[in-house]
Amino acid sequence: MHIVVCAKQVPNTTQVRINPETNTLVREGVESIMNPFDENALEMALQLKERHPGTQVTVLTMGPPQAVDILKEAVGRGADEVMLLCDKAFAGSDTWATSYALSMAIGKLPKPDLVLFGKQAIDGDTAQVGPGVADWLGMPCITCACKIEIAGNRALVERAFEDGYEKLEVALPCALTVLKEANVPRMASLRGKMAAKKLQVAPTTAEMVGADPAKLGLSASPTRVMKIFSPPPKTGGVLWQGEEPAVMAQRLVDLLRERKLI
Amino acid sequence: MAELNYGLSELAVEIRGMVREFAVSRVKPVRAELDETGRFPAEILRELGKMDLMGLYIPAEYGGTFEGDSMPNIIAVEELSRICIGVSVSYAANGLGADPILIGGSEEQKKKYLPPLASGEKWAAYALTEPNAGSDAGSIRTTAVKKGDTYVLNGTKQWITNGGEADIYTVFAVTDKSRGARGVSAFIVEKGTPGFSFGKKENKLGIRASATRELIFEDCEVPAANLIGREGTGFIWAMKTFDVSRPGIAAQSVGLAQGALDEAVAYAKVREQFGKPIIANQGLSWMLADMATQVEAARALTYAVVKTIDSGAKDYSKFSAMCKVFASDVAMRVTTDAVQVFGGYGYMKEYPVEKMMRDAKILQIYEGTNQIQRDIIGMALNKEYAAAARR
Repeated sequence: MHIVVCAKQVPNTTQVRINPETNTLVREGVESIMNPFDENALEMALQLKERHPGTQVTVLTMGPPQAVDILKEAVGRGADEVMLLCDKAFAGSDTWATSYALSMAIGKLPKPDLVLFGKQAIDGDTAQVGPGVADWLGMPCITCACKIEIAGNRALVERAFEDGYEKLEVALPCALTVLKEANVPRMASLRGKMAAKKLQVAPTTAEMVGADPAKLGLSASPTRVMKIFSPPPKTGGVLWQGEEPAVMAQRLVDLLRERKLI
Repeated sequence: MAELNYGLSELAVEIRGMVREFAVSRVKPVRAELDETGRFPAEILRELGKMDLMGLYIPAEYGGTFEGDSMPNIIAVEELSRICIGVSVSYAANGLGADPILIGGSEEQKKKYLPPLASGEKWAAYALTEPNAGSDAGSIRTTAVKKGDTYVLNGTKQWITNGGEADIYTVFAVTDKSRGARGVSAFIVEKGTPGFSFGKKENKLGIRASATRELIFEDCEVPAANLIGREGTGFIWAMKTFDVSRPGIAAQSVGLAQGALDEAVAYAKVREQFGKPIIANQGLSWMLADMATQVEAARALTYAVVKTIDSGAKDYSKFSAMCKVFASDVAMRVTTDAVQVFGGYGYMKEYPVEKMMRDAKILQIYEGTNQIQRDIIGMALNKEYAAAARR
């Protein structure tokens, strides 16, 4: 079995602030990490590899040269192969252009049986790249997966929601986006870390994967960010109690009408 | 944080980072529960095995990563101990169980028993102590009688760390009663051997996550091939093991004391009384200063002893005893003072320092009481100065 895990290097958002003047992330001095949900996707792949000997795990990322750090981390944990998609042509790509680029890169790898993603990246939070890549590749995509079992050329996948679970059976190849609840990501092993230190990763360019330049980068990205803001903190609200229910209900209706909410 | 330059290798620094992160993310969240319930931290040891951290003291030819530098192993023990010595003793006891094989075992024994220990697939234990043979280890009564190509073991071992959990045991038994300590032999006994069973798990003051059990041998037949070295050499392996393992107890002590210091300083900065953080009181900050100084001195001595052993020194029993006795006394004092810094809160189980104080006590007792350590140092001084006087 060949599993491709798509991972993204993100700023550790627990340390990030937004500049209120420019509405952009203040990235200076913030550590970069593997997107936490992608760690769960990688762990799912590594657990499948343990259960199904002979499985190969390839980790793919698109980003600047320093994104190689998350590939090294992945090798430390047990990934077999890595690919760094790195080219100025990709700069400014939105989820549409990113999905296209990743799908072209996957097309250059040995045919995968599974393509795994984290549910979303903690910087953009769009949760669109996984389904986008699946669409470009013409694969079924199951989002919010928390469990997987492989039997022959089919996968039994559990999806988790706030109000329950869904069990789906799907033919391989397929794409999954993985939830945090799926597992506890392992830490890198000593031998893995040593192997990762020696790892040399040559960047793979847009041309090398045969990507159409017209579909890459900022100019090819239909998404426009109009405004970024921190939602205002919730205020305390008003509490009415001790009066007749009918009186309080009337007051509520009046207030909602006054604010044109009903 | 500023630190002294101990000239650590790149590998040792790497291990320190790995184990520190592991201890904080995997051990810290469960240490109170492990302490409360006495549950053995099997999943923690398994994960350490997967991370290639169970074979730091085993040479590469037997599946480990040891290349002459013992510091990575010492630092792994120290960093685990900083969070929980109930976990670190379960980890380190593997090395104690394996050391007699490493020191006195045949090539066949090493090839058979060390690789599964290095990978963490199997765990080891060291079985010397008996109900009537603690400090006086030479007076053990468990017997091993040669019968064809086996030895038949009879007797009881007491307070064996990893007892019941380990797969491979190095067991010391008397093969020739008339020769005293020179009649003791060491054997490798596998769990599951007929006639080998376990007694109750002990209910302890501290290190409650660790499994401490009796081992019972009733006509237990062990292959003669499992004799370590020759008959009568067991006590040598036992003592040589202690010489290399005592710095491990010192590392546990340094780690535990550092953990208590970490907690005490952090608390003293946020706890306010009389309108200011209590660390602003000179009486208290001097206490913290003394704690920190003792921890660093214990660390320096421990590392120096380990490096001396690694350098190929022949005679280091005295130094091993010194670092064990000094660091464990420091751990007892520093953890006790940490409870004092916390005041009433320190006495409560909601905070980790009361556990640290309970845990610390064993460090002055096991692997040779601190009185035995002082005997070793005293005897060495007597011998060395006598030799010097003759010259």
